[in-house]
Amino acid sequence: MTWLPAASVHAGQVDILLGGLLLISLAVLGLVFGLMLLNIIRFRVGSRVPVSAETVAHKSWRFEIAWTSVTLAVFFALFLWAARLYVVGFQPPSGAIQIYVTGKQWMWKVQYPGGQREINALHVPLGRPVQLLLTSEDVIHDFSIPALRIKHDVLPRRYQSLWFTATQVGAFRFYCTQFCGIGHSRMTGTLIVLTPTDYANWLGQTPASGSLATRGEALFIHNGCSGCHVSQPYSPGADDTSRAPSMVGLYGSQTMGPDGQRVKVDNAFLHDAILHTATVSGQAAAYATQMPSYRGVLAEEDLAALIAYIQTLSPSRLSGVGMSASPERKGN
Amino acid sequence: MAPTSDPQTMQRSYLWQDGTLRSWLLTTDHKRIALLYMASITAFFVLGSLGAALIRLHLISPTGAILSDETYSRMFTMHGIVMVWLFLVPSIPVTLGNFLVPLMLGAPDLAFPRLNLISWYLFVMAGALVVYGLFRGGLETGWTFYTPLSTDYTQGRVLPVVAGVFLSGFSSIATGVNFIISIHQLRAPGLTWYRLPLMLWALYATSVIFVLATPVLSITLVLLAFEHVFHVGVFDPALGGDPLLFQHLFWFYSHPAVYIMILPGMGVVSEVVSTFCHKPVFGYRFVAWSSISIAAIGFLVWGHHMFVAGTSLYAAVVFSMLSFLVSVPSAIKVFNWLGTMHGGAIRLDAPMLYALGFIGLFTVGGLTGLFLASLASDVHLTQTYFVVAHFHYIMVGGMVSAYFAGLHYWWPKITGRMYPEMWGRTAAALLFFGFNLTFFPQFLLGYEGMPRRYATYPAQFQVLNVLSSAGASILALAYILPLIYFIWSLFRGARATANPWQATGLEWRTSSPPPTENFIEPPVVTHDAYDYAALDHPAPAPQAEPPHV
Ligand code: HEM
Ligand SMILES: [Cu+2]
Ligand SMILES: [Cu+2]
Repeated sequence: MTWLPAASVHAGQVDILLGGLLLISLAVLGLVFGLMLLNIIRFRVGSRVPVSAETVAHKSWRFEIAWTSVTLAVFFALFLWAARLYVVGFQPPSGAIQIYVTGKQWMWKVQYPGGQREINALHVPLGRPVQLLLTSEDVIHDFSIPALRIKHDVLPRRYQSLWFTATQVGAFRFYCTQFCGIGHSRMTGTLIVLTPTDYANWLGQTPASGSLATRGEALFIHNGCSGCHVSQPYSPGADDTSRAPSMVGLYGSQTMGPDGQRVKVDNAFLHDAILHTATVSGQAAAYATQMPSYRGVLAEEDLAALIAYIQTLSPSRLSGVGMSASPERKGN
Repeated sequence: MAPTSDPQTMQRSYLWQDGTLRSWLLTTDHKRIALLYMASITAFFVLGSLGAALIRLHLISPTGAILSDETYSRMFTMHGIVMVWLFLVPSIPVTLGNFLVPLMLGAPDLAFPRLNLISWYLFVMAGALVVYGLFRGGLETGWTFYTPLSTDYTQGRVLPVVAGVFLSGFSSIATGVNFIISIHQLRAPGLTWYRLPLMLWALYATSVIFVLATPVLSITLVLLAFEHVFHVGVFDPALGGDPLLFQHLFWFYSHPAVYIMILPGMGVVSEVVSTFCHKPVFGYRFVAWSSISIAAIGFLVWGHHMFVAGTSLYAAVVFSMLSFLVSVPSAIKVFNWLGTMHGGAIRLDAPMLYALGFIGLFTVGGLTGLFLASLASDVHLTQTYFVVAHFHYIMVGGMVSAYFAGLHYWWPKITGRMYPEMWGRTAAALLFFGFNLTFFPQFLLGYEGMPRRYATYPAQFQVLNVLSSAGASILALAYILPLIYFIWSLFRGARATANPWQATGLEWRTSSPPPTENFIEPPVVTHDAYDYAALDHPAPAPQAEPPHV
C-alpha cells in the first residue's frame, strides 16, 4: 500500500488543510473521551457528591456561551481557509492547454487540440496549466483525480471545467466517482504526466487526422454555419453580416444574454448556443432569420472541434477564458 | 417503592388485556402500534443488514468476490433504500416515540389514535411495494435516484420503489402531525414546555421536519416517475430538463432527513445520560433549543451535497458557511452531556454504555462532517469512502447505538421484564469495537481516493477493505446478540419494577408494563424534568456543588 502522492501544488495545500482539520479533530476527540473517562472514574456511583439543580442552572450560562463562541470562531476560520482554496478551482490561468473529456457509459473519451484522441488515458505536460472541458453523452459522471485532490461532476450536454498544473512526472489513476450504472467501477483510467520534451514527442507520435480546429472548420462549412455566420476577418458583404452575428473576435468577448444581461462568450456559452441558441443568447431579436437547433445533429466531439475552430477566430483573446463562474450562466 | 409487575399487573397491562390477533391489528393503543412498528422495522433492519453483509463479503476481493456488477449495484441500492426509508427515518419516532409520547405527557393516548394506526398500515404497504420492486427486477440507481440515470437510463423497477418511498412519506407526515398536536394539546396539568423531557423536544423538532420536508420528497418523486413513464422533460437535459434540479429537490428533503434520523437519538441519549448520572441535564434549555435550531438551520444546508455538482461558486460558499453553522448546536449537545456527567453518580448499565458509545461515535461523525463542509477538502473526499464512513458513524454508530440505548432503557417499561444485564453490556462493547473496525478503515480508503459504489477496485485498496469486512462480522454479532436475549427476556427475564432505573419521567410513574389507559390516575406535574431531589426525598438540603467543571 503506497500513500497517495500529491502531484500538484494545490494537492499539497489541500493536504495541509486536511492536516489542520485532523489536528483539530484529534484535539476535540481527546477532550471528549478524556472528559468522559475522567467523569466516569471520579463520579462512579458511590463516590457521589449531590448537586442541586439550581446551582447548575446558574452556572451553565457561562459555560454555554464560552463553548459556543469558541466553536463558532474555530469553525469560521476553517470555513475561510477551505473556501479560499476552493475558489482557485474556478479561476483557470491564462494560457492553459484545453483538453476535451467526454464521458459516456462506461468510458472516457479524450480529445487534444492537435486532433489526437484516446480513451481512458490522459497525457499532460509537466508544469503547464491544463484545463479539462468535461461533458457527458448520457448520464451524470464525475471526473476525479485523487493525486491532484480534484474532481468535478460531468453533466450531460453542459461543460464543466477542471484545471491543474501537474508538478510530478508519473502515472496516476483517475476514476468516475458519480454512480452511472452497472459499469461504473470500470470507468477508470490513467493520467500520465510527461516532461515537456516527452510530451512533445508523444503528441508527434500519436496519429491525428488534422487538428481539432481544422476539423472544426470543415464542420462549420458542412453543417451550414458559414451560410449565415461570417468567419473571415474581412467581411465579404454587408448582406451576410446582417443575417447572424459574426464569429470573428467573438470568443472571449461580451455579448447579450436572453434577459439582456451581459454574458461572456466562453466554451460553455458556445456549446449551449450551438445546441439551443435562444436559451443562452439574447441576439436573436436583432436578426430576421432564426438559427436552427443542432441538438441531436452534432455529437459532443463535433462541438469540441467547432469551439476549437471558433476560438482560432479570436487569436488575441485565446487564453484563459474557459469557464465563467457567474451564477446566471451556471444555472441554465 | 412502586409495585413490581406481578402477574396481576401483567394481566391488566396493554400487552395481555385482549390477546386476539384481531385486537392487535385493529388496535388504536399507541403502545401496541409501537410494537407493531417495532416488529416491522426490525424485519427491514434484518433485510438491510443482509444486503450489507453481502456487500462486505463481495468487497473482500478487488475483482469482487461473489456478485456480478449488476447484482452488486442492486444490492447497495436495496441496502440504502431499505435502511434509510424503512428503518432509520421511522426507527425511534415510530417505536419508542409512539410508545413514550403519551406516557411522557401523562396522556392516555396520542391526539389521533386512528391516524396512528393508519400510518402503520401505510408504512407496511410502502415497505411491501419497495421490497416487491427491489426483488422482482431490482433497481440500480443508489438510494439517491440521481437523474437522468434513474429516469431514462435504467431497466430497473423504478415505479414500485418510488411509489413505495412516496407512500412511506405519508406515514411519516401522519406521525409528525400526531406528535406535534399531542405535545401541544395533551400535556398533563403542570407540565409546561420547559418541564418537558428533552426526548419530547427532540421528537417535536423531528416532527416539524417530517411535516415540512417530506412533501418536497413526494413532489420530487412524482416528477421523477412522470419523466420515467411519460418522458416529460423535467430532469433529463436530452428532453429539455435540468439534472441539477433533481439534486436540489432531493437534498432539500434528504439533508433535513438526516436530522430526522439523528435528533430522536439525541433525545434518547439526553434521557439516558441524565438517569444514569442521577443528575439533571446540564443546560436544559440549551439542549432543548439546540434541537429546534438544528431543525431550522438544517433546511438551509442541502447544497453541501453539491459542492462538485456544477452549482455556482457563490452557492457553494454560502452552503459551506451554513453547514458549519448547523454543526454548532450539535457540538453544544455533546458538551452538555459531558457537563451532565460531571458531579453525577454514574452507573454503567447497558443503556449508558450505548449512550456513551453514541457520544463518542457521533463526535467522530460530526468532526468528519467538518472535513466535508470545508470546500477544498470536500472536493477531494466527496463521492469516496470517506463520505460512506462519515454518515455511517453518524447513522449506525450514532443513531443505531441510541436506538439500542433506548430499547434497553425502556425495555422493562415496554415488556415488564428485565434484559440480562451482563449480556447487554457485552453487546454494547462489541458494537463499539466492531463498528470502529468496520468503518474507520473507510476514512483512510476515502482519503486514498477509493470511490464509493464500486463493485471492483484497484488492488492497492484490498488490505483496508478486508479489515472493514472483518469488522462487519463482529458488528453482525453485536446485533444478533440483543435479538436473542431480548426474545429470551420476554419469557424468562426478571420481572421489572415500575421504576427500575430510579428515573424521573412520567412514564416511570405507572406500572411496567402500563395498563391500556396508561395511568390509573391522571398525573399532575409539580417539578421540573430530571428533578432527582424530589424523587429521592426525604432528601436533606443539598450540599454545595463541586468547585469547577
Ligand atoms: C448530525 C447528523 C448528521 C447526519 C445524520 C449526516 C448524514 C450525512 C449523510 C447521509 C451524508 C451523505 C449523503 C450522500 O452522499 O449520500 C452526509 C454527507 C455530508 N455531511 Fe453529514 N451528517 C451529519 C452531520 C454532519 C455535520 C455536523 C456536518 C457538517 C459540519 C455534515 C456535513 C456533511 C457534508 C458536507 C456532506 C456531503 C458530503 C459530500 O457528499 O460531499 N454532516 N451526511
Ligand atoms: Cu460512473
Ligand atoms: Cu447534508
